Amino acid sequence: MKEQPNLNYLHQLSGGDKEFENKLLAVVKKEFPEEEAVYHENIKQDNFVEAASNVHKLKHKISILGLEESYRFAEIYEEELRENDPGKHQRFTEILQNMRDFITKS
Amino acid sequence: MKCLVIDDEATARMIISQLIDTHKELQLVGDFSNALQAIKYLNQHEVDLIFLDIHMPEFTGFDFIQTLKNPPNVILTTSDRSFAIEAFEYDCIVDYMVKPITPERFKKAVQKAENAKLSKVSAEVPGEKNSDINKTENDLYVNIDRRLIKIDIPSIYLIEAKGDYIQIKTFEKNYTVHSTLKKIENKLPDDLFLKIHRSYVINTKHIIDIEDNSVLIEKDVVPVSRSNRPELMKRLNLL
Repeated sequence: MKEQPNLNYLHQLSGGDKEFENKLLAVVKKEFPEEEAVYHENIKQDNFVEAASNVHKLKHKISILGLEESYRFAEIYEEELRENDPGKHQRFTEILQNMRDFITKS
Repeated sequence: MKCLVIDDEATARMIISQLIDTHKELQLVGDFSNALQAIKYLNQHEVDLIFLDIHMPEFTGFDFIQTLKNPPNVILTTSDRSFAIEAFEYDCIVDYMVKPITPERFKKAVQKAENAKLSKVSAEVPGEKNSDINKTENDLYVNIDRRLIKIDIPSIYLIEAKGDYIQIKTFEKNYTVHSTLKKIENKLPDDLFLKIHRSYVINTKHIIDIEDNSVLIEKDVVPVSRSNRPELMKRLNLL
């Protein structure tokens, strides 16, 4: 079953401070599409080491959205990209799609 | 404790700032998206604690620590577990937090920083800072052919290691002396001279320009090693 993003971590951080929650989500909404696009471009250009740095950045957003299993997957994928192995790209794209769907609705 | 946050990700800076807000013993005095901005700030202000990301473009967290002569306490914040061993090599690093950082984990790290601050205060010895005072004198005597020759220190612009010898270059004359870079470095004022490569020490006041990994000083182009570059960049009054 597909892992569902959630805002549990955000609630834990904010202690009910809605203003903080909205501000942080706004930054995630702004940065995510940019980081995702750079990642895809680097994969397209076979710049796997650069793509590993993009995954590293995206990993933090994966964790903010409470996707623990996806986070562990991204950790392994980041390492493999550094070794020039993009084999997990398709699965990672699905994780990004999952995040994008959630962010768009939030 | 006055704290800084250094992280290239806006979300990470916001989260740490929010966590700092929940601790009344902490006062956030600045947050920076890159290490160079933070270095400029630290040249003019004192802080007690830095929350520092390791993985940043151009300048890593470790590069940043190496540029500081007396680094304050540092708590590393990272999405990467693999740097933990390296972190143990730095006395100033009091904790290592892996993102996502929970409020409980943050509280623990702040406690460690407070303990480290207390032990630092009790270990300080008054008067120690004046121990290098003699290095600011202007004359250096070198032994050449059994004669002690006086060199005016500020006129030295470059010292190059050449096997068992060093070549001291001044605007008037060059001197070849049987010695090592390490020995002469100890005799020169730290605020003027800097080792930028294993074979070169330069007088930073006489730099003409810097390009990539080299420095033009008088008519000499001198290489800058990767490990020495952060300290050189820190010395510059960058616009």
